Amino acid sequence: MKKTIMKFAVLLLAIQAIGCASLGVEPWERDLLAKDEMALDAEGNDLGLDDHIYFSKEGTSGGRAFAGGGCGCN
Amino acid sequence: MQLTKLTNLHTNKVPNISAALAAATCALLGTLPAQAAGPLEDWKIDTSLMYYGETDRVSAIETVINAEKDFGDEHIFVGKFVVDALTGASATGAVAQSTVQTVSRPSGAGTYQIAAGDTPLDDTFKDTRVQVSGQWTQPWSDNSRLSSGAQISAEHDYFSAGINSSYAYDLFNKNTTLSAGLALSYDIIKPEGGIPLPFGLKSYSAGPGEDDVGDDDAYENDDDDGIDARRADNDNKTTVDLLFGLTQVINRRMLMQFNLGYSMVDGYSTDPYKVLSVVNGLGLTQQLLYENRPDKRAKTFAFWQTKYALNNGVADISYRYASDDWDVNSHTIDSRLRINVGDNSYIQPHLRYYQQSAANFYQPFLIEGQSLPEFATADYRLGEMTAYTIGLKYGTQVNDGDELSFRLEYYQQSPKNAGFAEPGSLQNLDLYPSIKAVIAQVNYRF
Repeated sequence: MKKTIMKFAVLLLAIQAIGCASLGVEPWERDLLAKDEMALDAEGNDLGLDDHIYFSKEGTSGGRAFAGGGCGCN
Repeated sequence: MQLTKLTNLHTNKVPNISAALAAATCALLGTLPAQAAGPLEDWKIDTSLMYYGETDRVSAIETVINAEKDFGDEHIFVGKFVVDALTGASATGAVAQSTVQTVSRPSGAGTYQIAAGDTPLDDTFKDTRVQVSGQWTQPWSDNSRLSSGAQISAEHDYFSAGINSSYAYDLFNKNTTLSAGLALSYDIIKPEGGIPLPFGLKSYSAGPGEDDVGDDDAYENDDDDGIDARRADNDNKTTVDLLFGLTQVINRRMLMQFNLGYSMVDGYSTDPYKVLSVVNGLGLTQQLLYENRPDKRAKTFAFWQTKYALNNGVADISYRYASDDWDVNSHTIDSRLRINVGDNSYIQPHLRYYQQSAANFYQPFLIEGQSLPEFATADYRLGEMTAYTIGLKYGTQVNDGDELSFRLEYYQQSPKNAGFAEPGSLQNLDLYPSIKAVIAQVNYRF
């Protein structure tokens, strides 16, 4: 797992480095990104309900947000 | 469960121009918007009502009210209130038998019967949970934000309290956001009948049984009072979560997020209602023993999400890899495709695929005469499994910008045999039945 994390960290850094060069937009080019449906937490209630279902029914939780503890749901 | 979103910190939203335009238009026309006055002015309220129903098993109703208010200069409060009610039957972990089985209820009072060939379910599963949380996010400097929150969740046999805090820092014209978050939670488990002894005996009898399992049945194994041995009234666990995030604007249409998470659980992690069957060489259940899991678990995950703005919608795809020291490794792919229909409506298909490996102490049953392992569970949720979800959502704007939406989904879990040989009559029984569920939801946002 440590290897996986290392690989991921390198990937992040690589993307970060590219970010300096060519990624991204100017502030006046945010028209599409600024739409409500483009927010990463758009449909927050759906995502929360899904997380609750899958937390209760599967062996893994978290990812989008904290994995957390929190309910005795079966 | 903590669902506090780091993503709140990553949204670089521009002011709501449409609202400003609407207000200006109303002013020009000399009218007032319908909801101009009232206590909920400036609040964004998102409400949901969800039904979740499994065939022959659990069903749940869950309501969510999410209220958000910007107090100015990006000082944002989000309050969330969740109530859910569960009812129905839940798998106990015991294996099916070719004859009727009689099992005691969790409280120790009374018994119930499992039909031949059926997976044993606890039919007394019933609970109501209330969860309240609050999250405050505000700028910390010109380029950074701090977000902190607290959450409480309570049900009759479970209580959880948690706090969290996250810091996000913008770079490169806000095209890149780095974040780090910490969450702590403390859970108290107070199961009906108390915390069972690890591998403690559960009252059980093969065959139709009698009114009191404490009677002298052939396989009767309790201490004659029908109540299983307990070691305590309640127990607890603590969870520490770390979450590191990177959000990157790729171009005018594409946004990516990467998260790395680490979660440490310390404390009672056993499911106090789950058991394992002890079977003999013929596959006949001799005893039921309460399960026992390690009291520590360290989980790591990597999460990647991309959103792409299409000319008439949004494509959203995410992948999660998770791994823990119980050897539960999983892959999850989740995708949504929003397709705008006309100016005010959309449809959104949803597909999700999930696959996990079994925990290293998972086994579907114990074999009579073999020494007990240190830990064991027969909970299928820690076994090998694949699952998929297929769904469709329809949303439409009503009343000047409010949104009404409906979601209908089908969820199926397919537990698998991770290589366990099945003695005798167990070979003729389905020990890994699929679980099929329907999810139906209505949302109203105003």
